[in-house]
Order: sequence, then C-alpha cells, then structure tokens
Amino acid sequence: MKILKLFFIIFFIFSFNHLGANTDDMKIKITKNLRCLICQGQSVYDSDSEFANSMKVLVDKKLNEGFSEKQIYDFFKEKYGEWILYDPELNKNTYILWLLPILIFLIGGAIVVKNFKIRK
Amino acid sequence: MNNKILKITTTAIFIIIFVVFYKALQDTNIYTPKKKSNNEIPLFSANLFYSNKQINSSELFKLDKFYLLNIWSSWCVPCRTEHPLLMDLTKNKKIEIIGLNYKDKKNNAENFLNELGNPYQEIIFDKEGINAIEWGAFGVPESFLINNGIVIKKYIGPLNKELVEEIRLLIK
Repeated sequence: MKILKLFFIIFFIFSFNHLGANTDDMKIKITKNLRCLICQGQSVYDSDSEFANSMKVLVDKKLNEGFSEKQIYDFFKEKYGEWILYDPELNKNTYILWLLPILIFLIGGAIVVKNFKIRK
Repeated sequence: MNNKILKITTTAIFIIIFVVFYKALQDTNIYTPKKKSNNEIPLFSANLFYSNKQINSSELFKLDKFYLLNIWSSWCVPCRTEHPLLMDLTKNKKIEIIGLNYKDKKNNAENFLNELGNPYQEIIFDKEGINAIEWGAFGVPESFLINNGIVIKKYIGPLNKELVEEIRLLIK
C-alpha cells in the first residue's frame, strides 16, 4: 500500500512538472513570435527591454487565465497591429506576402522546364 | 539588335533596383503602432497608487466627462519636461488627469510628485507594466484623451504647448 501511495505521489509530481513544462514551452513559442517594439529586430523572447519583460509577464498571465495561443496573438494584434507578429496570418493584407514566393517558384520552375525541353 | 535589347534591359533593371532601394532607404524602418482613435478604453483592473485598492476601469473613467490618461514614471526624463504642462492643465475643470505610474519604485514616484506637484486625480500603480500594454502603449510618456469611454486622441511621447492647446480646444 505504501508503495502504491508513493507511486501516486511521484506520478502527480511528474504530471504537474509536465503541465508546467507545457506552459513554459508555449510561453517561449509565443514570445519568440512577438516582436519587441523597443529593440526592433529582436523578438520579445530575446529582448530584455522593459517593454519586452512586461510582455513576457502578460503572456504568462494570459496563459494562466486559459487564453489560447491564437487568443493571445489576437490580443496583441488588436493593441499594436499585425506587425507585432513575426509570422503574419494569411489575410487580405498579407496574401501577396504568402503567395508571391510560391508564384515566383512556379514561374521559375516553368522557365527551367521550358529551357530543359528546348535543349532536349 | 540583340545587343541593344540587352543594354535596354540592363538599364531598366538597374533603374528599377535603384528606385526600390532609394525608396526603401528613405522610409524609416522603425515601426510605430498606428495612433488608433475612437476606440473604447480597455477593460482592466488595477491597483491605485496611494490606497493600493483594486479598481476597475469603469469605476475610474465615468461617462460624460473628459479624462487624460498620462503614462509616466520618475525615471523618465521627458515626463519631467511635460509635467509642468500637466500641472497647468489641472486649472481646466472640464478635464481630469489620471496617471498611470509605469514600472516605477513607489518612493521615487512619490519624490517626483512632491518635487514637481501632483496633477493626477487618481494614479494607477502599474508595477509590472501590464496595464500600459492593455492601453496599447509601449513607452513613457504616452497620453490618451478620453470622453464617454472612448479614446479620442492618443499622444505618443511628451506633450508640448501646442498639444496641450489642442487638448484644450478638443474639450471646449
């Protein structure tokens, strides 16, 4: 019985550690995708400015309140605009950004294929 | 003929690259969030500076009144410059100034107010800088002119005489 109790205690400790690790991973993921407005070019995760540190605290707070990753991004987007995200979402303002590389790749590919056929 | 086409194409590409680079280098690459106005004030709860009492935004900003929310800190040099202008604005009874003390030490903030005067009706104590983010601010000082729970105007950076005059005209 004692062994069983001990097993449960260890199991719960590890479960909580796992939960904590999940939140930490999510916090790192989110802060790495947020730009710092003070040290531009650095992510919130990398920056140690007052603003970035406050953002880190707020991300932590929102995660503890049960906010999802998307809800947190939406929150910051509403406050500072799409620019705050390193990985902008696909919408009417960013579709060129997303589609242009694919389009260039396709056109380039077509030129290569055409040249290859001509040489043959 | 082929040589002529090559020359024209090279010149055209060079001109395009030059124009693109010239334009890109002319523009500032420092991003400043758009000064969105006519937005509702954020819903938040915060601690008051003197009483440490927790208060909601709705209790702080009543309708049918003008408010100026000023984000300040004792360590912020431009806040010192704009402070006399805020003191002057307190003479106008149509507006109440609410302070948001940003990431400051209470002692230093108190000394700042004792030295330069206290223009604030209430002060929010934002030790971690979270409330400032709720307002969409990213530095100090910043000010928000509010009426009926709506942000009419946002001022990034210290207020000057012209901006205070603009506030006076807006609340007339």
